Amino acid sequence: MRIEANVPADSLFVSSRLLSSRAKRGIWVRRGAGEDQDSSSLALLGMTRWFLRPGARLILLALAVFALLGAGDQSARVNDLGHRMMCVCGCNQILLECNHVGCAYSDRMRAELIAAVDRGDNDDMTLQVFVQKYGTTVMAAPTKTGFNRVAWIMPYLVLVLGLTMVTLIVRAWRSRPLVLPVGAVAAVHGAELEHFRDQARKDTEV
Amino acid sequence: MSQIGSFALLLALALSAYSFLGGLLALVIKGAGSARLGETARRAGVATFAVVLLAAAVLVMAAFQNDFSIAYIFHHSNRELPAPYKFATLWSGQEGSLLFWALLLSAYGLVLRLRYKTDVRLFAHASVIIAAVQVFFLLLLNFAAHPFAVMQGSLPPDGNGLNPLLQYPEMVIHPPMLYLGYVGFTVPFAFALAALIMRYPGEKWIQITRRWTMVTWGFLTCGVFLGAHWAYSVLGWGGYWGWDPVENASLMPWLTGTAFLHSVMMQEKRGMLKTWNMWLIFSTFMLSIFGTFLTRSGVVSSVHAFAQSSIGDWFVAFLAIIFATCLIFYVKNRSHLRTEHKLESLISRESSFLFNNLLLLVACFTVLWGTLFPVLSEWVQGTKVTVGPPFFNRVNVPVALLLLLLTAVGPLLAWRRTSVESLKRNFLWPAIGALVTGVVLIALGMKPWKDVSYFYSLMTIMLSALVALTVISEFVRGGRVIGRHTGQNLFASMVQLAHRNTRRYGGYIVHFGVIVIMIGFAGAVFNQDKEQEMGFGDKMTIGAYTLVCQSYTQDDNPNYGSEWAVLNVFKGGKQIATLNPERRFYKASQQTSTMVANRSTPQEDLYVVYEGQNLDSGRPIIKVHLNPLVMWIWVGVWIIIAGTVVALIPNAIPVRVPAPARMRAEPVGAGD
Repeated sequence: MRIEANVPADSLFVSSRLLSSRAKRGIWVRRGAGEDQDSSSLALLGMTRWFLRPGARLILLALAVFALLGAGDQSARVNDLGHRMMCVCGCNQILLECNHVGCAYSDRMRAELIAAVDRGDNDDMTLQVFVQKYGTTVMAAPTKTGFNRVAWIMPYLVLVLGLTMVTLIVRAWRSRPLVLPVGAVAAVHGAELEHFRDQARKDTEV
Repeated sequence: MSQIGSFALLLALALSAYSFLGGLLALVIKGAGSARLGETARRAGVATFAVVLLAAAVLVMAAFQNDFSIAYIFHHSNRELPAPYKFATLWSGQEGSLLFWALLLSAYGLVLRLRYKTDVRLFAHASVIIAAVQVFFLLLLNFAAHPFAVMQGSLPPDGNGLNPLLQYPEMVIHPPMLYLGYVGFTVPFAFALAALIMRYPGEKWIQITRRWTMVTWGFLTCGVFLGAHWAYSVLGWGGYWGWDPVENASLMPWLTGTAFLHSVMMQEKRGMLKTWNMWLIFSTFMLSIFGTFLTRSGVVSSVHAFAQSSIGDWFVAFLAIIFATCLIFYVKNRSHLRTEHKLESLISRESSFLFNNLLLLVACFTVLWGTLFPVLSEWVQGTKVTVGPPFFNRVNVPVALLLLLLTAVGPLLAWRRTSVESLKRNFLWPAIGALVTGVVLIALGMKPWKDVSYFYSLMTIMLSALVALTVISEFVRGGRVIGRHTGQNLFASMVQLAHRNTRRYGGYIVHFGVIVIMIGFAGAVFNQDKEQEMGFGDKMTIGAYTLVCQSYTQDDNPNYGSEWAVLNVFKGGKQIATLNPERRFYKASQQTSTMVANRSTPQEDLYVVYEGQNLDSGRPIIKVHLNPLVMWIWVGVWIIIAGTVVALIPNAIPVRVPAPARMRAEPVGAGD
């Protein structure tokens, strides 16, 4: 399967970079920023001690598992991102659904997408690169920034306004006074009775 | 031949113009001659059908005779085109499809004008309105999109051929169905506007148009789903609905038409929502015209829109005229549309229809908004954006789920008022059934917490179960009552029950069809696909299936050349099928087309596409999709058609029965 090009080594590499940066951030918090060269060796010692703590080991284990899970999720990410973009050949199809053999764009775009995921680019960065290269129409749905937000807000706004309006209409109709003729309790006969029967039939028929 | 066609179109324009103007004068002028004038206008309207039919027949004959002197035939046909597709040439291009529009409109007009004795004055008004619409389309055909325009210079030896995507059996049925739906909404529109203009007393016009609306809605439903099935079978991307502007154009009038079919019952039964219904049918007709405008103006890009042309301006002008006319008569006669009754309870059939209408219109607005947002974005911020499936799925799925919930609850509510106890009594077992369905699905491995799409899928199936159980309980409860009185078995009693009130129980069958379709949609969450180059003996495994390439080969005929693979399909070690996915290259149009090999079962579709050949190795590239539950969608459509037909059958037993008998029979209409 084209989108399932597995690159576990790269993902582990990415994850180790992530791990090391998180470890560094941990030291900065405990030791403070702006330390000199000596303090960095102390920091290294502190880091080693920190690694030896049971809690830290658990965190590391969790992160490692997360990283390995990430390796398995590479194709899922490609699949997700590939379904958030369009092929730009003019076929109006989702990138991963473009089925034109020899399409001048989709094969290249898929390869670029896989490469971006392999590099460890996050989703936003990957999509941004595609937008810069192929234009805003490469995104299969409007972004949630600027004027494009209106596209997402309007349907929900209309739904909320509609619900409010219908509720108000129902309330107004319910509070409308029932007009009864004077002496309305009198028995009805003939055509009038038939009219009421007809109405009752209508009310209960469907 | 082109001269005969051109003359027929001019004559049709003259006749429809006479039908419009003569009919209008007959309605406006009060005098002895007005009845005779009205009759001649009606007859002119009838004659329009014969003349437009002649024009269409000439175009089809030109296709069969390979008359490439007519530009339309040159562009959309060729000598080797098979006969059924030569017939389909009529609607495969811009000009021909407009002629087809005019033909269907005049056919509807013919039926209406022949049935004028039902209510002479109402039908005369409606006839004038239909004639006005006919005039527009015939003006378009004569002056903007002439189907009989002749080729300049020397005669070409052969035509360009029909678009390969259209060379598929369903394409011979899909456009007529869709057009019967689009065009058909002209009739209820004409009656509604006529009733408003005349200040027509009572709701008789709705009863007259009810069958028209249902038939039209049925055709549009068939058209929309035939289009989806065609896309699934031909386009080869493994899906059936891509939220393309052309698909959206057909969905919008379907949504408002569905809303109208529900809310019109409030007007019939309770004399309520008169203004609403009037504008709903106006909107449905305008959306039909708007859809035609969308596909022909080039205002939005689409896979299967017609070529860009200047006729978009005509449609904009026509839409403006329709809207202005509707608005003027509404403002003038709105006092006629005052509601007769008040709403008595929030828990009532009336309020369920209100919310049903709201949700259908929100869905329609969302589709319209998403379709036009690229244009709006370009206008506001100077950049075009794409609004594709991720947007439509995200905003429409919650609305669809709410609609499913209402479909379950609505039939359990009585007109005027329903007690909470009655609702609880009727709702308890279906609700338990739906919850059990959800628990079973989770136990079987469905993980709604994994992703929002899985959650939506689970909710869809649970709510579908809820609707199914309420529909079944309605049939069973009513059937039991009849069975007690007649001694018939339950099935026979349920058939009799449906026959007694075809509209109600036909509607329930339609609801059942809708949930079967929704279950089919829910299966899309579990779609899988795989692509591989496959030489002799190569294997590919997807799901429980293993495909082995037995051979791949090529063929050639005068219309197209083709490449295909022979794939043996194994499941559990046993060969269960042989599939032949194919790719064709049409010689006249120089275009390729996919012929998908699909093994469809209620559980899943094994959908195999021949994507092409690797130019280096010469081996075929095969893409396989495993799409669960797709067959349910097509089965659901058949159920909807069956329900619509049932709803159109007249009731077996006269509704007017003696009062005591009616009192005894009341539980049959449970929830009332």
